Amino acid sequence: MADINLSRITKSFGDYRAVNQVSLDIADGEFVALLGPSGCGKTTLLRLLAGFEEPDGGVISLGGQVVADPQSNIMVTPEMRNLGIVFQSYALWPHMSVARNVGYPLEVRGLGRAERDHKIKAALDTVALGPYADRSPTELSGGQRQRVALARCLVMEPRAVLLDEPLANLDVHLRETMQQAFLDFHRRTGATMIYVTHDQAEAMAMADRIAVMDKGHIRQMAAPETLYREPADLMVAGFVGAGAVLPISNVSITDDRTCSVRLGDTDVAARICPNFVRNRAAAHAGQAGLCLRPEDVWVDDAGALRGSVEDCVYLGGRFRLSVRIGQDRDHVLPVYANRRARIGENVGLKVSDGWVFDRMQGEAA
Amino acid sequence: MQAVSRLRGFWPGMITARSNSNRSSDRLLYWLLVPVFVVSILPIVRLGFEGVMVGGVPSFDYFRDVLGNGSTWQATANSLYTAGLGTIISLLIGGSFAFLVALTDVRAKAALVFCFMIPMMIPPQITALSWVQLTGPSSALLNAFGIAPAMGSPQPLYSAEGIALLLGIQHASIVFLTLRANLRMLPREQIEAARLAGARGGRLWWQIILPLTSPGLIAGTAMAFVTALGNFGITAMLGIPANYATLPTLIYQKLAGFGPSVLGEVSVLAMLIGAIAICGVALHHRLLSKRDYRLMGMVGRPLDISLGARRPLIEAILWAVLVAILVVPLLALIATSLVPAFGVKLNFDNYSFAAFREVLFVQPSTARAFQNSFMLSVGAAVTLVLVCLPLAYVMVRRPSRLTKLINLLVEVPYALPGVVLAIACILLFIRIPLLDVSLYGTLGIIFIAYLARFLVIALRPVMNSFSQLDPALEEAAQACGAGLGRRLRDILLPLAAPSAAAGALLVFLTAFNELTVSALLWASGNETLGVLIFNLDDSGDTVLASAVAVMVVLVVIALMSCFQLASRRLPKGVVPWQT
Repeated sequence: MADINLSRITKSFGDYRAVNQVSLDIADGEFVALLGPSGCGKTTLLRLLAGFEEPDGGVISLGGQVVADPQSNIMVTPEMRNLGIVFQSYALWPHMSVARNVGYPLEVRGLGRAERDHKIKAALDTVALGPYADRSPTELSGGQRQRVALARCLVMEPRAVLLDEPLANLDVHLRETMQQAFLDFHRRTGATMIYVTHDQAEAMAMADRIAVMDKGHIRQMAAPETLYREPADLMVAGFVGAGAVLPISNVSITDDRTCSVRLGDTDVAARICPNFVRNRAAAHAGQAGLCLRPEDVWVDDAGALRGSVEDCVYLGGRFRLSVRIGQDRDHVLPVYANRRARIGENVGLKVSDGWVFDRMQGEAA
Repeated sequence: MQAVSRLRGFWPGMITARSNSNRSSDRLLYWLLVPVFVVSILPIVRLGFEGVMVGGVPSFDYFRDVLGNGSTWQATANSLYTAGLGTIISLLIGGSFAFLVALTDVRAKAALVFCFMIPMMIPPQITALSWVQLTGPSSALLNAFGIAPAMGSPQPLYSAEGIALLLGIQHASIVFLTLRANLRMLPREQIEAARLAGARGGRLWWQIILPLTSPGLIAGTAMAFVTALGNFGITAMLGIPANYATLPTLIYQKLAGFGPSVLGEVSVLAMLIGAIAICGVALHHRLLSKRDYRLMGMVGRPLDISLGARRPLIEAILWAVLVAILVVPLLALIATSLVPAFGVKLNFDNYSFAAFREVLFVQPSTARAFQNSFMLSVGAAVTLVLVCLPLAYVMVRRPSRLTKLINLLVEVPYALPGVVLAIACILLFIRIPLLDVSLYGTLGIIFIAYLARFLVIALRPVMNSFSQLDPALEEAAQACGAGLGRRLRDILLPLAAPSAAAGALLVFLTAFNELTVSALLWASGNETLGVLIFNLDDSGDTVLASAVAVMVVLVVIALMSCFQLASRRLPKGVVPWQT
């Protein structure tokens, strides 16, 4: 196991910059998710790490060893990197039995048969597939195949395990079971894991830290709760979690952490991004945004902020309303309520919390 | 000619062509392109050289002589007419068979497909021989029933239309195979969606099925046309008696005469055929590039449109066509091989196996030819598969300008008439530069020519299977620490084996009874089956020729049956004509 460092990595395909000046440090034993919409460059980043792609610029090192540095003409091939990878399509070899699939890395390394069989058995037991050793992968279900792929990584004792949207082909039910399987695997082995996904729920549930990517850049890298409570910019605020971002112009800063924002006819108390406090000019340039999560806004008939209900969905235990607010009725807030509301009904809202940040344009993090 | 200049446009790219990775083991793979270049492209270049040099000086004299001669243009027109008409016939027969077998609920599909493949596996000159014997005044079969045309009346097949008809029948299976591969990829959802939208009957066929399968139709048509253009067996056996010259027969006749300018003139004629063939291939690429009908959706159960009450009628028509194009000519061939002397009326009292006895036990050349053809075709099939696995890997997984150029050029030796390729091989290998060894008159030169000609047949199935493989399968092995050699051996080779075997089988069956290439390359003791039959018929021993032909057909059918019977045990996709 080893820590992983990426420094100013760039990769273009023709004119298209898939990965642009990305720097990333991952600690030994950490579980990091790369999260982003399709085409954001997350899979390219993973493939750069694995060695299937060669960066145009930048340095990648694994446990202190430089494995890719085009400037010094260093490019370690994937087969020499000792990284495990789990693909979305499982990538099990249909012409080999489950045991041979799992044992292939050991076969390549020239281990003796006895030692090989022992390790294969241990790895298959770890993913609870011991009895399936002699089956063909084609006879297994999707979840079982993914566990075989995981066992194949495990057996080679890799420096890190890379997972490329491993759950995308499984049904919702199986996904939760497999998430648990990945977490168990991570706890038991302590392996560094890098997990590519476009599903924020998956990333939030498993990762120690999440890197949100968009258009080849990393927008923000933080723990899931930080990402949710304190998004750094508009893209992250919109992509992670439900909620709305309102452009605001009138911010009065109370202290380093809090401020008061004018919203309609009321003042709302909110937390504020420390960057913003240091860079007050942005506030006057209309560069500020207020991120409101649905659990921070409740229907309260006494509330000074008024709006009309556009939509009402029962979530079990509570309702989620979409409420249109503002003078020009140009913003829609997702809001929780304890009672059903009529479409078009005029309701009052009470805002208990909010997050003010300064990056409303989609510039690089 | 435009296509040629486009080819030339690739050359500067070759110098700057660079692999997209700098792994040293990968660079080794590129050395594989060298023998491919020497065997399949260099001979053609050498032949072209001959046409533009007169006595060692660059000159257009041969061009002026050949292109200024009326017979050249007459032969060109004849070639275009017979190949064009033949292609239309192939398209009608092969196309309707493919549609009916792949999309409807006709019964006994496996048997239909098997029988329909046989004409392709029978050498063209044998097809020609059997049809001539079926229809002429001395037809053994017709005479046996007393319905032969009167003695002295002309043989109706000795005509342009006769040539076109046989070309059409011979190449119908090419259209059938390409189209059927395309039809099998047709997801039934797309047809079902059209039916839900209200399309029925003819509208469904014309507006949905036909456009969706047009890539297969275009590819099949182009291949049938190019193959017909280079056909020598049928045009020679039907055209020469009628004094009807096409470009391949004109070349053959020029070569039969001697003179200092023969090679130059032949080279120019070859370039003319090559230009027409390349135009055909280029047109086909152009048409295909305009349509990207990638078929979305799962290919699940095959479609079977119900034919309803018309099914028995349609089945009867299909089998009747098979009887007409396969059974009847074969019967005629067998009848001829059994008559005591050519022209004698066959009946139950006078049939004789003398011809079989003669060719099997008296003439040593038959056994020799069987042995030569068998060795050549097995050797070519094995060698080509071994070369094609890594070659296809380079072309699919490490594409560069160089591999794209090679991809286009390997088509040329197959598209050119076999006679032209044979001349090109003679020119290049009559005295190998540096080594000072001559391959002329040995089996080696035929072998090399076969490698050049059939490379593309072995290459395409393997390339297809590589491009359909999930790259992750290889990358997973790479992450496991497997180097290139190991990956090829452990992962890619087993996964591509079925298509490689299918390619090898096609090469073997095509090479086994090949005539056009070996017609010019054989020497006494090195004759192939195709040459033996042609020579026997040419020297008037039609009964003996028929006997050899019957044996060849029986061997081919027996081999195909063996593969058919073993197909259950073989991996899926090995037997090309199987579903």
